[in-house]
Amino acid sequence: MKIKLNGKEQIITEGMTLSAFIRAKALVPDRIVVEHNARIVPSDEWENVYIKDNDILEILSFVGGG
Amino acid sequence: MADDILSIGGEKIGSRLFIGTGKFSDERMIKDVISASGAQVITVALRRVDAGVRGDNVLEYIPQGSILMTNTSGARNADEAVRIARIARAAGCGNWIKIEVINDNRYLLPDNLETLKAVEVLVKEGFIVLPYMNPDLVIGRRLLEAGAAAVMPLGSPIGSNRGLRTEEIVKIMARELKGSVIVDAGLGAPSDAARCMEMGCAAVLVNTAIAVSPDPANMARAFSEAVIAGRRAYIAGLAPSIETAEASSPLTGFLGEE
Repeated sequence: MKIKLNGKEQIITEGMTLSAFIRAKALVPDRIVVEHNARIVPSDEWENVYIKDNDILEILSFVGGG
Repeated sequence: MADDILSIGGEKIGSRLFIGTGKFSDERMIKDVISASGAQVITVALRRVDAGVRGDNVLEYIPQGSILMTNTSGARNADEAVRIARIARAAGCGNWIKIEVINDNRYLLPDNLETLKAVEVLVKEGFIVLPYMNPDLVIGRRLLEAGAAAVMPLGSPIGSNRGLRTEEIVKIMARELKGSVIVDAGLGAPSDAARCMEMGCAAVLVNTAIAVSPDPANMARAFSEAVIAGRRAYIAGLAPSIETAEASSPLTGFLGEE
């Protein structure tokens, strides 16, 4: 199925939770912020949120800035 | 000086020097820089993560007890700035937000009108909002009326280290918007920061001049001392300047007198 991650289309396998997706992308969980269809999802909910076709994901982290 | 404490959004702020965390060649320096500067308000940014890139998290280098101020850099309009602010707060980084709405890529000058729109929304949502702005007294007033905790006019374009090129307008703003003007962007040397403070600005925000110095921690300390000196001079009151000389020593009653 097709999703949009950080503005780019991606094909991913069906039935993935946010947790599984983050693991698959080798992202460090305590360093990121996840927005799923414009809703910010707290990390303790990642295990229970399934990614569906055409979902929009934004994954962000804090970086240096002025 | 002891009772001269900056208060923003109900918080007492220990230092009038705010520090940005961008552009350090090694982010591990940030801890020493913050410590040397004494700064309590520290800016950070939010960025999309590149999958597979294990970057450091800048938050690791910012001491507990700092006030994090996330900027909305990357926002091109009010809606995007509001969205970034909400994400930053949801991520547990507190409710201080530096509004930065930029749609000019060459000079990175902020869009004051979109900035005002973002401020109006975020103040209602309980954020402590500090907008980065083009120096302008009228817009500055509007931003404060909308609930901005302070306004942050630029000294010169971001990262240019050209100093306080907007001095005349910033001076007017500092005079009229008492205690609510923080100069942000372009300050290249501690003397620039001192000058801002001498004219009554509440604080300054410095990033590039410290981050790209060969010795960032030492430069942070120099900025800190300049800010303290400038503030002290403002409180003391600068002596008037005049066009001709006025002797400091007595010119009569000594050699050559009849």
